[in-house]
Amino acid sequence: MNEALCDLSALEIARRVKSGENSAVQVLESTLDRIRNVEGNSPSTASYTFDPADLEKIHAYITVTKDRARVQAEQVDRAIEEGQDPGPLAGVPLAVKDIFCVRDTPSTAGSRILENFISPYSATPVERLEAAGAVTVGKVNLDEFTFGSSNESSAFLPPVGNPWNAAHVPGGSSGGSAAAVAAGEAVISIGTDTAGSIRQPAAFCGVVGMKPTYGRVSRYGLIAFASSLDCPGPIARNTTDVALALQVMAGSDPHDATAAEVPVPDYVSLLEGGVEGLRIGLSPDYFKLKFPDPETGEIREQSIDPDAQRAVQHAAEIFARAGAEIVEDVPMPNTHYGIPVYFVISRVEAASNLHRYDGVKYGYRYDGEVEDLRQLYRITRARGFGPQVKLRILMGMYVSAEQYEKGYYDKALRVRTLIRRDFLEAFDPQGRYKLDCLLTATTPTSAFEIGSVYGDSVLMQYADLLTVSANHAGNPGLSVPAGLDEKGLPIGIQFLGPDFSEGTLLRIGRTYEMRTEHEPWRAVKPKVLQGLG
Amino acid sequence: MTEKITKEIFDHLVDLAALELDDDEAKYLRNELNNQLQAIYELEAITLDDEIDVTSHGVPYTESTRPELREDVIDPCKEADEILAQAAEVQDRYIVVPDIPSEELG
Repeated sequence: MNEALCDLSALEIARRVKSGENSAVQVLESTLDRIRNVEGNSPSTASYTFDPADLEKIHAYITVTKDRARVQAEQVDRAIEEGQDPGPLAGVPLAVKDIFCVRDTPSTAGSRILENFISPYSATPVERLEAAGAVTVGKVNLDEFTFGSSNESSAFLPPVGNPWNAAHVPGGSSGGSAAAVAAGEAVISIGTDTAGSIRQPAAFCGVVGMKPTYGRVSRYGLIAFASSLDCPGPIARNTTDVALALQVMAGSDPHDATAAEVPVPDYVSLLEGGVEGLRIGLSPDYFKLKFPDPETGEIREQSIDPDAQRAVQHAAEIFARAGAEIVEDVPMPNTHYGIPVYFVISRVEAASNLHRYDGVKYGYRYDGEVEDLRQLYRITRARGFGPQVKLRILMGMYVSAEQYEKGYYDKALRVRTLIRRDFLEAFDPQGRYKLDCLLTATTPTSAFEIGSVYGDSVLMQYADLLTVSANHAGNPGLSVPAGLDEKGLPIGIQFLGPDFSEGTLLRIGRTYEMRTEHEPWRAVKPKVLQGLG
Repeated sequence: MTEKITKEIFDHLVDLAALELDDDEAKYLRNELNNQLQAIYELEAITLDDEIDVTSHGVPYTESTRPELREDVIDPCKEADEILAQAAEVQDRYIVVPDIPSEELG
């Protein structure tokens, strides 16, 4: 396959655009060509009838913002002609998860209830990426309001296909982001991670995804799901591009009081520092996990996939050879409470956040006859929300309603303290383990088939088992591709580090990339790209 | 499997959530809610020391990381018309809604 402009790294595209070797418009054209080649039917809210041909295409974009993108690309080219610097992401094609508001674009959250909402403003991290020269190609699909791990709950169908095998899910909820980046339909994407929604799809699609520390990136303009867990972050095809994007997005914001006043380091310059002397931990609690049995619902212990286990062990050997110290048997005993705690906290926060969708101020409104305002709310919400959204609202109501809650919420918040304590002890510089990061598989399995899990809301949630703890604790995590399993699907490994240690995690990821550069799986391209000229 | 969320409780939750559901949807959602509760029961078995406090968000803010409060100055909204244009029905810059249920007091 000839490498098209859209297959280059963000770093290389920005270099070429700035030097005049290629124009931002040329890069955009190449990206739009790729979209035409791999997208297939565009996702829509029209009644969906399954078409087998849909299982061969990607369907990542809800909206391609072609005209807006062309204006941006021309501005970048004009700036260069005039001798100005358009920024570190000059001409880099960006796909925005459709949970972020982007000025003058439909911002749907993958839901009928926001299908006609045109945002009057842009989210801070998107605004920063665009100000750094990135060209927004469009808005990509996701689970409705980010509620899911497979992208199948979106109101916009056909569902997103995994570029490595489009009959499999891309993961979720940032599945459109990860799939678009893996298929060359964008070079970087911005997603959100509430329980693993950046890292899990990144792992499933063979790309790099970072959940930054809570407070590292502003949430202003992000359509909220669980406000104490949501973290915007970048997805790209390599760690350098993730570093570039994070550097632009991160930092405090007068519009978000939870965006921390912590200086943003030069992540790109930290990348080549190697891992000499770093302490990298392995925990048995991330190899064996507690799942509910799909038949009986009973909780039982199960190991992660052998391929994923091997990938983690192989990575540990690579780091040991590169001069890191591998610390085994680090206890993370509260990891398995991550999902039950999440079932409570995220539902309460979601139910609260979703009460604003009422058909009055914006979004879908039922236009038939109604008795009164209350009935308008009920019918609008019944028709506007999909089943997974309704399920989360109802659970949020149950675990927070005074007469039923039996201390669920308080208990979940206290168990959250235990989960954070596991990390604090592992990373304590005066403690027993003194880790710089924990190395784990990103997901217990590789991407499952479309339709195989969807509908079972409990089993689906357990796809986030290895990622959700970092959301409870707030610390950062980076997922990088680490080979292909026996089905030819990508495997991801993740590095979990102390608060605001993104620079170290990216450095560890970059070392892994360099040390595995010549492994045969690195030469294999996603199936959807094979045969493209 | 115990059915903790009975039909009566479920109907109350639907009312609190400002939703209305058809029978098939209600059946699916009630079943899933009960399954999710099964997963949450794991929490009930944990004994917690009294000294374990709640964590409402993971990363604590310190004096240096907590953003300073903004100056109390007016920052006019430039997009008021665009925001109003999103509403389904507007009259003289007021959003129009159906009758608001009310009851006489006293």
